Amino acid sequence: MSADTMRMGSGAGFSSDRLGPAVDLAEQAELDWLVFETIGERTLAFGHRDRLQNPSRGYNPQLAARMRGVLKPCRDQGARIMTNMGVANVEAAAEVVIAVARELGLKGLKVAAVLGDEVTDQLNDQTVLFDYGGRTLGEVDRPLVGANAYMGIDAILPAVETGADVVITGRVADPSLFLAPIADKFGWQRDDWAKLGQGTLVGHLMECGMQITGGYFADPGRKHVPRPADCGYPIATIDADGGAEITKLDTAGGMVNMATVKEQLMYEVHDPTRYLTPDVTADFATAQLQESGQDKVRVSAAGGTERPKQLKVTVGFDGGLLGEGGVSYAGVNAAARARLAADILRQRFDAIPGMTDQYRVDLIGLNAVHGTARPDASGESQDVRVRAAMRSMDRNLIEGMLWEVESLLCCGPAGGGGYRGQITPGVVTHSTMINRDAISPTVKVYEA
Amino acid sequence: MTRKVPLRDLAHARAGDKGNTSNISVWAYEPGDYPLIKDQLTPERIKAAFPDLITGDVVRYELDHLHGLNFVLGEALEGGVNTSLGLDSHGKSWSFLVLGLELDVPDNLA
Repeated sequence: MSADTMRMGSGAGFSSDRLGPAVDLAEQAELDWLVFETIGERTLAFGHRDRLQNPSRGYNPQLAARMRGVLKPCRDQGARIMTNMGVANVEAAAEVVIAVARELGLKGLKVAAVLGDEVTDQLNDQTVLFDYGGRTLGEVDRPLVGANAYMGIDAILPAVETGADVVITGRVADPSLFLAPIADKFGWQRDDWAKLGQGTLVGHLMECGMQITGGYFADPGRKHVPRPADCGYPIATIDADGGAEITKLDTAGGMVNMATVKEQLMYEVHDPTRYLTPDVTADFATAQLQESGQDKVRVSAAGGTERPKQLKVTVGFDGGLLGEGGVSYAGVNAAARARLAADILRQRFDAIPGMTDQYRVDLIGLNAVHGTARPDASGESQDVRVRAAMRSMDRNLIEGMLWEVESLLCCGPAGGGGYRGQITPGVVTHSTMINRDAISPTVKVYEA
Repeated sequence: MTRKVPLRDLAHARAGDKGNTSNISVWAYEPGDYPLIKDQLTPERIKAAFPDLITGDVVRYELDHLHGLNFVLGEALEGGVNTSLGLDSHGKSWSFLVLGLELDVPDNLA
């Protein structure tokens, strides 16, 4: 690798993302860094819930499997690993990485854990939630499970500077996972807003994994993706001013072109001139994209202005339980029988004692997904599933709802079958802001 | 004379979510089609097409040099991924709801 460029790969774009193509990058892509981004607001809240149930959990459930797959090839290739798989228990996650390294005989492997994002103790019932109509934390009226500030490169860089083979974090801004190694490599100043903005764009494009290499893109008949089953994770070759070329392994399926990069450019972005991170107010609106070869797109010219004064905080609450159950109707007049079943369910639900929680009944195959967008949908499928769903803090109420769905098998319309029901725990998240000096990030180094 | 053409024939799109807000970016395949898309695919058009689902405001950002529009739909996800009872609680399918809208295309344009 040339001294004046660096090469980064993505090995995960969300908590459950695929492992095989990450191993391919570790073995073949000649990377400086392989980055696994796995935290969403919900996965963080679930991490807190897991840790409350078992103090040794709360990190990404795929952490050990991923490390078994990539630790050795990364070490052989001289690639370092950056990941937020620590989720709500970074120290326990670091211990897991060390344990896997020992299992693989990788003596001396170093892990740097970035700590300090949890701010649960600093909030109280008067804390104002800006995404909740300015109401307070107390008004949510649910058990708090944990709160974390989005940290940025200020917190990650000291871990990078230890030279550790693996840097593991909890809640940091997703693009910062990429920006910290870039800023370290090229020695960028912490107030060089234009470069930090461009580096943040590279991180933003890479952090969703295959969403830029043809994953989440195919639309048969209109948008063709070659060998989608073998889609590869993206690789970025970055130069000293943050300009980058996005590509993939030649041997991998998928593709990189203007269309795949554009869709990712605005993914989960609102105002493109003000993309807020702990590091910079990035401006993606000036970005230039150019196809520079087969499966190669060059990205440059994003900018930035001063970083926000405060840090965003995600606050997680116990969301109670989600109950879902369904029965299928098929063949002649299926839609009418399914509609009748839905009517019967609504009458029976309303008669359940204490039934005050809101429920929903969908007809899958007719208008389930866009039922509220297109209430007039009148397609007459012969393959319709009645689905009922409800959230509640009261398990008995949900079990009563599911009992009524299952009962359709003998006392609903003719020909219904295939009952399945499940109850899954839920979380609720809200957001607030906190002053930068309210957190004190630290780094803890472990050695195998 | 004009004819009705589904937006899917002229553009591609991706939806993302943050809380109860959805954003949908729409990109013209051909630069020459972008002015027509920009002219007809207004925030008002999107809001009016899905009155029951979008209860907040629709704001449009324009990336003219990349031939793309970014729509931000407020209060459009039935409460968002944590509280919606819908199957697609992230609203990922929003992109194809929008691509199903029809534009009036002059007959002399391909």
